[in-house]
Amino acid sequence: MTAAQSTLTVHQLRRPRWMVPAILTVVAIAIAIISYLLNPSVTEAVLGATIRFAVPLILGALCGIYCERAGIVNIGIEGQMLMAAFTAYMTNSWTGSLPLALLVGALTGALLGLFLAYISVALKLNQTIGGTVINILAVGITGFFYQVNTVTKGKFAPIPLGPLADIPLIGPVLFNNPPITYLTFLLVIITQIVFFHTRWGLRTRAVGEHPRAADTLGINVFKTRYVSTMIGGALAGLGGAFLTLEGVGLFERNMTNGRGFIALAVMIFGKWNPIGSMLAALLFGFTNAIQTQLQFMGINVPHQFIGMIPYALTIIVVSGFVGRSRPPAAEGTPYEKE
Amino acid sequence: MEPKTPSQNNWFMIFWRAIRVPFLAILMSLVVGAVILIISGANPITAYVALFKGAFGNANYLKRTLEKTTPLVFSGLAVAFAFKAGLFNIGAQGQLLLGAIVSGFLGFAIKGLPPIIHIPLALIGGCVAGALYGAIPGLLRAYSGAHEVITSIMLNYIAINITDYLSDGPWKDVSGTNVIARLPMIENSAKIPYIGPVPVGFLIAILIAVVVWYILEKTNFGFEINSVGLNSHASRYAGMKTKLLITSAMVVGGLLAGFGGSVETLGVVGRFQPGFNVGIGFDGITVALLGRSSPFGVILSSLLLGALKGGANVMQFDAKVPHEIIDVIQGLMLFFVTADLVVRKFFRLKKDRGLEVHVAAGWGQK
Repeated sequence: MTAAQSTLTVHQLRRPRWMVPAILTVVAIAIAIISYLLNPSVTEAVLGATIRFAVPLILGALCGIYCERAGIVNIGIEGQMLMAAFTAYMTNSWTGSLPLALLVGALTGALLGLFLAYISVALKLNQTIGGTVINILAVGITGFFYQVNTVTKGKFAPIPLGPLADIPLIGPVLFNNPPITYLTFLLVIITQIVFFHTRWGLRTRAVGEHPRAADTLGINVFKTRYVSTMIGGALAGLGGAFLTLEGVGLFERNMTNGRGFIALAVMIFGKWNPIGSMLAALLFGFTNAIQTQLQFMGINVPHQFIGMIPYALTIIVVSGFVGRSRPPAAEGTPYEKE
Repeated sequence: MEPKTPSQNNWFMIFWRAIRVPFLAILMSLVVGAVILIISGANPITAYVALFKGAFGNANYLKRTLEKTTPLVFSGLAVAFAFKAGLFNIGAQGQLLLGAIVSGFLGFAIKGLPPIIHIPLALIGGCVAGALYGAIPGLLRAYSGAHEVITSIMLNYIAINITDYLSDGPWKDVSGTNVIARLPMIENSAKIPYIGPVPVGFLIAILIAVVVWYILEKTNFGFEINSVGLNSHASRYAGMKTKLLITSAMVVGGLLAGFGGSVETLGVVGRFQPGFNVGIGFDGITVALLGRSSPFGVILSSLLLGALKGGANVMQFDAKVPHEIIDVIQGLMLFFVTADLVVRKFFRLKKDRGLEVHVAAGWGQK
């Protein structure tokens, strides 16, 4: 173990941490440009679909980061998203106000975050089971209260960002999106700054790594965990609202379809780091987009094999075959004051 | 074991102490379910009466309840066995799918065998598939420290992709006008029969639960599984091969889930069709926790959940209540039974030791 650790440090000294992601990004951009020159419309479609698929995953992963950096395992992201997708849709259907619906979605997620925090901080229950409770309840409650005959009152339209939207390839893909998509990328940057460049972030990470030490230094562990889990929940709620207000525009039973779990994979893949998770989500989104596109073009690779790639990659990453992803140390364990 | 006072020696008291928290949790979830029904404008009494009638009202209803119960026993055991070793087998769903498709394949591809050979052969195929699939998260957990929850959630999705591929590709039913992605019907010789309204699969499930109980309570292997679950460090110092035990707990879990998928395919559905077994693996979590990871508790809680599922359609038809209320009640049950603190506070019960479920926390490589 110590030998492995020391080689790891030498490794890091020789090669900066951003090296691998940077190389991959350059390769990805190069491939995008070449394929754009070969077939502009398909490239735009694939990249657009990549982003649409990635947005809820990014938001879910950010939720996971907020919770887990504070030491709370959240496998209820799936349920938080589903419930928020439902409440956002119903609000939209009743009032016709998209911003209000978005707010309701985020609030729903935050409330479920409060519930999870209560289960794990106050009741000191097993957090994995707490999350499972949220998931099962969300399927039941949304399915029970959803009426098939409700109608949608529209969804968020794309907002082109002035002249930026006219740049070939980049314009339509990046700068002509509906509001939640912009908000998501903004939130990635904000989360990155909050966690790694502010006092609040440092304290929250301390709570996730070593709550006893944090407590000794006067940080309120319980409060930090409550706040962080609720912020996370609100982000998962945004992800759910994205599905009904921006992505699909409709509510369907069980429509999150595992995105909450994939978001967890994205978070681990991104090593509990917002920008890393964003890149991971884009990778997942891309495999999904390409899978749909291949099916569309009738290419004879069984699309299921491409569909497996992100999941298989996640297993490889968490198993430590490619780099090591280390979770916050105090994760999943309730904190007991002495 | 705690020292026994005279009142605790009474068998009824012992039984009551074992089941009181799940029982009260069920009661509380039915009450909360009733409140939700009232909010949505339905009459909870009509709904629950219709639910009960739909579950046990006549031989046909009873048959359906038992059909719904059978796979739950298996997936509940699959989760419970892993719980005993301190592992959370959320991957029962994927293991079950692979078991279901392999037994479905053996069920239609092999022809001309007598049932006495064909059925066990298909069942064993399904069990092996499930066990191998369960071995993956077990090995990863034991030797690389990757948490079984995240790997087995991923394996669940991979299993969906594998089974989708097989049932739309090499193993697809190409007879006649079929356009749906599914396997052909299994041969008659592979069908698990019924005795009156009782599916033989249900009897097999009970038998397997007894076997699992025997393994856990009366064998060295079971003892070692339990002690790894209670304290893996202490077990390692006591000379147990903890890595091997963790792997084998997941293998047995996978085998049980695969068994359940096979019984479902051979006994109820009659073929493998994607989307037919969705959720059974996840219900296993509720079943295992309600049954406190004890094999007999698993049978009881599967019957309860099976009755809810079996009666749901009649309730929807008679009382005009969407059958999704079942999922709500199930979620509430899971909540109240795990949040036994809430139940205890509400009913002012004291904590009883030795009955808690131990699950490893976090993703950690601990």
